[in-house]
Amino acid sequence: MAEAKPKPKIKKEAVEMPKQAPKERVKNFNEVALGYTEAQALEEASRCLQCAKPQCVSGCPVEVPIPEFIKCIREQKYGEAIAKIKEKNSLPAVCGRVCPQEEQCQEKCLVGKIGQPVSIGRLERFVADWERENGFQTPEKAKPTGKKVAVIGAGPAGLTAAADLAKLGHDVTIFEALHLAGGVLVYGIPEFRLPKKIVQNEVNYIKKLGVDLRLGNLIGRIHTIPELLKNGYDAVFIGSGAGLPQFTEVPGENLGGIYSANEFLIRVNLMKSYKFPEYDTPMRIGKHVVVIGGGNVAMDCARSSMRLGAEVCLLYRRSREELPARKEEIENAEEEGLVCRFLAAPLRFIGDEKGWVKAMECQAMELGPPDASGRRRPVPIPGSEFTMETDTVIIAIGQTPNPIIQRTTEGLLVNPKHGTIIVDENGKTSLDGVYAGGDVATGAATVISAMGMGKKAAKAIHEYLMNKK
Amino acid sequence: MSFAFHEVGKTTKELGLLNEGDCLENLTGPLGNPSEIKNYGNVLCVGGSIMIAPLLLQVKAMKEAGNKVTTVIGARIKDVLFMEEEAKALSDRVYVATDDGSKGYKGLDFLKEVLAKEKFDRCVAMGPVVMMKTVSDITKPFGIPTVVTLTPIMIDGMGMCGVCRVTVGGKMLFGCVDGPEFDGHQVDFDELIHRQRLFLPEERLSSELWELAGGCKCGRSKA
Repeated sequence: MAEAKPKPKIKKEAVEMPKQAPKERVKNFNEVALGYTEAQALEEASRCLQCAKPQCVSGCPVEVPIPEFIKCIREQKYGEAIAKIKEKNSLPAVCGRVCPQEEQCQEKCLVGKIGQPVSIGRLERFVADWERENGFQTPEKAKPTGKKVAVIGAGPAGLTAAADLAKLGHDVTIFEALHLAGGVLVYGIPEFRLPKKIVQNEVNYIKKLGVDLRLGNLIGRIHTIPELLKNGYDAVFIGSGAGLPQFTEVPGENLGGIYSANEFLIRVNLMKSYKFPEYDTPMRIGKHVVVIGGGNVAMDCARSSMRLGAEVCLLYRRSREELPARKEEIENAEEEGLVCRFLAAPLRFIGDEKGWVKAMECQAMELGPPDASGRRRPVPIPGSEFTMETDTVIIAIGQTPNPIIQRTTEGLLVNPKHGTIIVDENGKTSLDGVYAGGDVATGAATVISAMGMGKKAAKAIHEYLMNKK
Repeated sequence: MSFAFHEVGKTTKELGLLNEGDCLENLTGPLGNPSEIKNYGNVLCVGGSIMIAPLLLQVKAMKEAGNKVTTVIGARIKDVLFMEEEAKALSDRVYVATDDGSKGYKGLDFLKEVLAKEKFDRCVAMGPVVMMKTVSDITKPFGIPTVVTLTPIMIDGMGMCGVCRVTVGGKMLFGCVDGPEFDGHQVDFDELIHRQRLFLPEERLSSELWELAGGCKCGRSKA
């Protein structure tokens, strides 16, 4: 490929972020990417063109003022840099790590036209980590409005909506079903990609804003939304996520050793089952693991399995080009030893005499014309059946919204096909004063898109509350 | 709030060491769909082992809804049978059964005669999976709608993990969000029994290690 001539003074190459070596990191659950040093951050920040009309900002779902915070880094004013980011983004340490910047802000970066784009995500992470080491600033809050808002779910959408509403002076309560706040950030994304203490710090920041966090509180069962509205809440935001696992529904799926991605990740991340019997929840993994699927969750399962000592094969029904996972995650996984088997899908699972999976029969696929998702549809090749031996199968083919709230809230309109709550562009549902955002409204998507919707809904809720009566 | 549990594994043994007023780090509930209670007419309630405790809540509710209620309580042996007096106070009639015949009827076969003599409009069964399977098998030829309460292995109990998947009428359902009550004549009990026992070796190991360590990490022991 012919390369455009680099303009003088702009370095074409981004500053690499140090990482644990693959051979080492596959033996531990510590964070893989180690973050920039100050010198590296300054060097990378110097590559920003400080465009008058920054394209990067338009690529960010929460519109972080990117050139401004990078300018602060250049001037070594890191406290000001993080304050700039937090004007728009309440979870910068998370976003700096798990956002797909390559298809958002960084895709639009002008430097990217002549070389590698500015590493906006790594710089965001740098200042967020700087703040954690140097003490958090608590932003000023608006005068109390006397309005109460209930936020359901302490995941990316809920935390963002809660933070924005609290900053606007509303009295916010988050109801979280699990015993820990963070949602997918704690039960789903593994430690080596997003350390739990970082999530905990972001949650602590949101608590400092005055948000009341109630754990172990499953809305829909303990209280319903109509009850919340009757009991003094002026508005409700639903950010309950897409937590219900999907299965392949091929024969033999209920054998032992076949886990949904959620089950596997919860056992490993939340219950620390790899430390059984020191921790109570067990996990049998064996030597060979097959992960079915090709998204970021599939990569997280595969990389966790390798850290538990298994050899892992990823089975994906399309080809490498269609893999929905972030490229960086695929590269990381392959460096750690992941083997991919493309264009194949399971036909049935075969058990041993004790009822545990020992093999799976698969079928090869070829790509046909594009389907509704715009991706080429996999078509089975007759006579291509083959058998793979395995000790464990992890099914990572997607999640749908948890149905509890939808089933217990009369009048809440739900998409019958996907189980998602129907909302307008501001997150408003069919019920007055009830808003929704994140995966429960969109179906499984990214952390940052959920945050973007949480933000929009918070703005709409604020307008609703201030204009009410 | 009162709790009923049977000390069989590590966690229930640990719970057994707690006294009134002690704290649990985390507790959530109620989870699952509420029971269907209405006036069916003549209702048979069958409870086994520890599940006798929640069964009696249903007995009470069924009575309040205007039903005639016959209650069967059972256990493996008479020593672990409990709440017999409460059952008698709440029900129109009570039968007692044990697996070994050490008290009341031996096994549940006697129910076939009871059902042959009297028409029941609904049966509610709560207890060990094998017991619920037996009850469902007995009521099926009589065409009595039978509701079983399933408690498959769960991690979160709110629809996230999918461990509690059960096959009901050939369809995969989740014990937590679709249950816990299911049509006993549609449940694939053999699969459920298999899935309940998947981690038995680990459960035993955990329990034995706990006993070996003297009962409790904080030094308290039952003795």
